[in-house]
Amino acid sequence: MEEVKLIGTWPSPFSYRVIWALKLKGIPYEYIEEDLSNKSPMLLQYNPLHKKIPVLVHGGKPICESAVILQYIEDVWPQNPLLPNDPHERAVARFWVQFADNKVPCIWRLFRTTEGDEQEEAKKESMEMLRALEEHGLRDKKFFGGDKIGIADIAFGQVAHWLEMIEDLVGVKLIEAHTFPHLHAWTKNFKQVPIIKENLPEYGEMLVYFKRARYNFLATRGLGI
Amino acid sequence: MGEENKVTLYGMWASPFVRRVKIALKIKGIPYEYVEEDLRNKSQFLLQYNPVHKKVPVLVHNGNPIAESLIILEYINETWKHGRKILPEDPFERAKVRFWADFLQQQFLDSLCSATKSREEAHEKAMKDVFKKLTVFEEGTEGFFPNGSPHFEGENLGFLDIVLCSLFGSHKVGEEALTMKIIDPERHPLVHSWVTAMNELPVVKETLPPRDKMVAFIQSLRGNSLD
Repeated sequence: MEEVKLIGTWPSPFSYRVIWALKLKGIPYEYIEEDLSNKSPMLLQYNPLHKKIPVLVHGGKPICESAVILQYIEDVWPQNPLLPNDPHERAVARFWVQFADNKVPCIWRLFRTTEGDEQEEAKKESMEMLRALEEHGLRDKKFFGGDKIGIADIAFGQVAHWLEMIEDLVGVKLIEAHTFPHLHAWTKNFKQVPIIKENLPEYGEMLVYFKRARYNFLATRGLGI
Repeated sequence: MGEENKVTLYGMWASPFVRRVKIALKIKGIPYEYVEEDLRNKSQFLLQYNPVHKKVPVLVHNGNPIAESLIILEYINETWKHGRKILPEDPFERAKVRFWADFLQQQFLDSLCSATKSREEAHEKAMKDVFKKLTVFEEGTEGFFPNGSPHFEGENLGFLDIVLCSLFGSHKVGEEALTMKIIDPERHPLVHSWVTAMNELPVVKETLPPRDKMVAFIQSLRGNSLD
């Protein structure tokens, strides 16, 4: 099998999407931690357009954008499929992956706010997004993929683990058992899946990292916390 | 048409996203029923079939709804296996077209929308960004045509061709409506020849919205957002 490398960063949920997919399929790979404040020639060569992680390099060929990478992994290594067989169900799974990329970023907008109108707006957007997940995405299933996790669960990983950190730092609670019962249960169930449980950034370390990142960001806007 | 294999497309006449689906259905020779939606007064069907976004296009196949144009193209590719494949078979080639389609759909379209909705200085700045992104696309896809200029035998359009065509197929109309040149053969020769080659194909011509109606529509969009 040709060599597989993953260029990523430890705090990034997008990096983890790829790690989870590779590990679920049992694909050996070399992980390369990137320093985004001092981007490596390798990253600039493999992702000249966006200069972002994650980048998967397979047999020397780079694939960028985590959603594209997930589909690539599924296409090349069909074992332990992340997508269902049925074309309609596949379309539904892809719909939610796209939703994750287009709508979930509102939680990161929330992350970058302090108290005020902007925060209220970001909170409202985030709640609407979570409501869509609860009522239309997950409904009464255990996972987005049904009985076991699939590509959509992987795509929503940030809601299971990183959102809790955002809630802690911003001082808001979005997912509660009485407001989003299925989603609340899902965050627990998702993190209990062995491959996921064994491959998550340590919560305390993550909190420290993102607290500093948030402080620095707000400082550049003249806002204190 | 019986219920077996019934295909319905919910759309809006001016939408480039709907046009993508029409082109794909035509290329594959899939018969379908078209339903025009009034987006200011959305039908119960649309709200039921796309409750999350409430947008067109939505393809309904045997009662199952599929939303989001790029996802619909993938669905068509996987469901109707006869004829030309819309996506390449090779996973790496597939990843490349998905990457560039995503670039056009997210980054490029954002810039084009900003340019349409702004004027004077903001508009100039937005247009510079549009051209910059077109250049990125031009350079990034150079390797797709090793034999020289884009050339399409029959109606063999693929995923990325369809996305590009839907965004720029009416570019002369857009240019007339906005009185600005978007695709300049000097600045972006590949994109220009690519779009021109596609615009010759019957399947593309047949799905083009009526010109005058389109010019008026784009002008009103711009007018509304500038007020």
